[in-house]
Amino acid sequence: MTATAEPEVGKPRLRKEDARLITGQTRWTDNIQLTGMLHMAVLRSPVAHARIRNIDCSRATAMPGVALVLTGEDFAAEQGSLPCAWPITADMKSPPAPAMAVDQVNFAGEAVALVIADNAYRAADALAAIDVDYDELPVVLDLAEAVDDHDLVHPDLGTNKCATWVYDSAEAGSGTNVEDEIANAEVVLERTFRQQRLIPSFMEPRSVVVDPSADMFTIWSATQIPHILRWMLSATTDIAEHKIRVIAPDVGGGFGGKLQVTPEELLCLLAARRMGRPVKWTETRTESMMSAHHGRDQIQKITLAARRDGTVTGLKVELLADMGAYLRLVSPGIPILGAFMYNAIYKFAAYRFVCTNVFTNKVPTDAYRGAGRPEATFAIERMMDELAVELGMDPMKIREMNWIKHEEFPFTTVAGMTYDSGNYEAATARAMELFGYEELREEQERRRADGSAVQLGIGISTYTEMCGLAPSRVLGALRYAAGGWETASIRMLPTGKVEVITGTSPHGQGHETVWSQIVADRLGVPFEDVEVLHGDTASSHKGMDSYGSRSLSVGGTALVHAADKVLAKARKLAAHMMECDEADVEFASGSFSVRGTSTARTLGDVVLAAHVAHDLPEGMEPGMDADATFDPDNFSFPHGTHLCATEVDTETGMVKIRSYVAVDDVGTVVNPLIVDGQVHGGLAQGIAQALFEEAIHDETGTLTTATFADYLVPSAADLPSFITTRTSTPATTNPLGVKGVGEAGTIASTPAVVNSVLDAVRHLGVRDIEMPLSPERVWTALQGGSADASTPAAGGLGSIDSQGGQQ
Amino acid sequence: MKISVNVDGVTYADEVEPRLLLVHYLRERLGRTGTVVGCDTGNCGACTVHLDGHSIKSCQMFAVQANGHEITTIEGLARDGRLHPVQEAFRNNHALQCGFCTPGMIMQAIDLLADESDPDDETVRKGLEGNLCRCTGYQNIVRAVQDAAHRMRPGAGPKMEQHSDEHVTSKQPVGGE
Repeated sequence: MTATAEPEVGKPRLRKEDARLITGQTRWTDNIQLTGMLHMAVLRSPVAHARIRNIDCSRATAMPGVALVLTGEDFAAEQGSLPCAWPITADMKSPPAPAMAVDQVNFAGEAVALVIADNAYRAADALAAIDVDYDELPVVLDLAEAVDDHDLVHPDLGTNKCATWVYDSAEAGSGTNVEDEIANAEVVLERTFRQQRLIPSFMEPRSVVVDPSADMFTIWSATQIPHILRWMLSATTDIAEHKIRVIAPDVGGGFGGKLQVTPEELLCLLAARRMGRPVKWTETRTESMMSAHHGRDQIQKITLAARRDGTVTGLKVELLADMGAYLRLVSPGIPILGAFMYNAIYKFAAYRFVCTNVFTNKVPTDAYRGAGRPEATFAIERMMDELAVELGMDPMKIREMNWIKHEEFPFTTVAGMTYDSGNYEAATARAMELFGYEELREEQERRRADGSAVQLGIGISTYTEMCGLAPSRVLGALRYAAGGWETASIRMLPTGKVEVITGTSPHGQGHETVWSQIVADRLGVPFEDVEVLHGDTASSHKGMDSYGSRSLSVGGTALVHAADKVLAKARKLAAHMMECDEADVEFASGSFSVRGTSTARTLGDVVLAAHVAHDLPEGMEPGMDADATFDPDNFSFPHGTHLCATEVDTETGMVKIRSYVAVDDVGTVVNPLIVDGQVHGGLAQGIAQALFEEAIHDETGTLTTATFADYLVPSAADLPSFITTRTSTPATTNPLGVKGVGEAGTIASTPAVVNSVLDAVRHLGVRDIEMPLSPERVWTALQGGSADASTPAAGGLGSIDSQGGQQ
Repeated sequence: MKISVNVDGVTYADEVEPRLLLVHYLRERLGRTGTVVGCDTGNCGACTVHLDGHSIKSCQMFAVQANGHEITTIEGLARDGRLHPVQEAFRNNHALQCGFCTPGMIMQAIDLLADESDPDDETVRKGLEGNLCRCTGYQNIVRAVQDAAHRMRPGAGPKMEQHSDEHVTSKQPVGGE
């Protein structure tokens, strides 16, 4: 329902946030200066696996400006173990995760000592004067080798295998038995893919300031999750939750990378308590890359069963997922978020998913944009292309014959999810038209016939994803330790202005703008009259924060419900003021009127009457504020069709994206400007996985990509312009009809790019290339490819060890 | 060491350690926190400011190297409460999300537009290669820079603010000093 003269929902409003961001008036955590503030610097292990024999802090302690030097032993009694909130199985192995290593380090980058000094330069100086003796242990790095348990990351656990999680459609009753489908299949394809390790690479380095004064710990942190952080810090330490206030001021990007309870947040809190003075820690980029959690890092063994006519029947997914050295907040659950998405938009009869989480001596992994779903989408969209090649069919045709038709919604999948709405035909038709699919195929033929040095490839990704995390009962069933609801409050101020308090915690998404639009639309107040408060546990006392494309579909819905509560009460009071029956009150354009008369009261009049409370109906409380908490019944399922054309230089291996069309169905759009922006940024990150980015550890476990000179976050010159548009089938599971858009671009784009590159060079004998598809890898595959074209072995050139995946 | 630096129109005289980075001088000593630090290696460009009108990465310079020079930061761009056209264009084209790279990106874009008054897509992308953004995929940044170029082109402003040279020279007194 729109209560404004012109609908606010759907309007490309310029952002409220921008005024401060384009003028340098922003409130980043590192901008905060407090009187008497000290600076913390962290010494990190240069070795990946070692016993700590001795730490000598005597020289560092004596240095000018140094207030205190502490080791893990000094904090051992109070630092507890960093929380893991997602024990995916009852028997999951979970090693203690000290914020600072006490006697053993398990990855290069782990904190071993800290310095508190009067400025950051002096703190860094003192780090260099700390002497640590290590007794090195064998390092466990390779995922496939780690499962053999030759050397152990955590000897006390007796194994490197953390947990194995299974979904089986026959057991769940959602489909048939996958082994039967494979045994009876006319075609069986088996492929192994590697999801390389990625680094979220938010632009704002992490920063924490803790002020212990006034009988309260006030913590500013560059975090996505102020509410969860407060809860977890109190659960980890002996500090009571009501004595902790967490503020996430302006936060410079997260992408899942700031969905964490970090060692440094805990250490900064403990250091400030010990010193009785404010303490700040701001990381360097290299610290960020070697200690903030990484993403992806899986080996996927996929078996697909089909009939010769192209109908898919069974899908078996066997994963190894690298946890790194410790389980962070939701590490074990990340691959599980993909478990329900491998079947994607296709109608499989049988499905089985088995994931084994594995410890290695590397930086811990956790959420990174898409979290589990990009991996799933990559695997299935690559497999659909593989099947098309195997059967000599057009890759779009094979998708079309297997996908859920628009008239079949709602549709319960073989993974047990109920997709509420969607129209894959519509999105695909629009994408094919914008892309010029047939013309590009013709050009591709010409180039192949000419033997052109630059070959053309076309890649498809008809993706869906699940977001809007999440129904609390589902999270409970998955053994997640928290709920998935979201909360909102609306405070109607006596002058008619509106304060909105949300439990979501934006870090670039533009919630201040979009939440204002939703409330303005609902209450009929001017967009400018709405102020959105967020990211401070003192003003927003509860919330589940921002990740998993949940903020709009869950938090926005809470906001709608709160606005409806305001209107319900206001309608009662308006009827009282206008001396009429409530049933005769109409509300439009921010004004209540008596049906068929000219008698009217604006919402502002009614709010003021509620505030002064001089004449309220019997039993009505003064004020017009409302709170609402929304717990969704279902996830939301955005989908779309992405088409990518690449030109591959067969002489240099260089890949150039020639055109990229993204047609997304994210349900109702509140602000098209912001939705486009989210898609653009998402595409960039997905393309970066396909072509550029990889976190590499050398044979000793040292991260060799620990700067932006080595870890290739794409620049403007590396990316093309995208053609983005939308089709829309509103979600039926929330009143706004929204589905979420934060991760869609990232989830969809990686397989579109890789499929496209392979399509360009497959006729030259190349069957697979490991990501990222660097010029060197493409060129190498092409050399082997031409030599080996006569032996089309499964897995093919450039593909990884076929022993990967679940053993 | 003693230095004297003009920052956003104000001259500061300070005693600094020789090793103090310019960006830390701006942020920690002068409180000009609009300029930020995104990396340690000069790759991300978040710390970009102008030194005597040209863009530099302030994490790659010592404060002492700015002695006797003029620095302009993102906080010194607006004139009389009016935003610089590049700032306006970034807002109007949704060229920022988290906004952390934005100050550096805007400073670099202004430098680029000083050399290229009507840059095509590729020129903008190459000109901004030293500034990383993780949120936007750059598309709207490119659009914003081109939009700003159009606004800044001679004759692009409101009519009353337009003065042709002819109009001005015709009013000059003729002959003599």
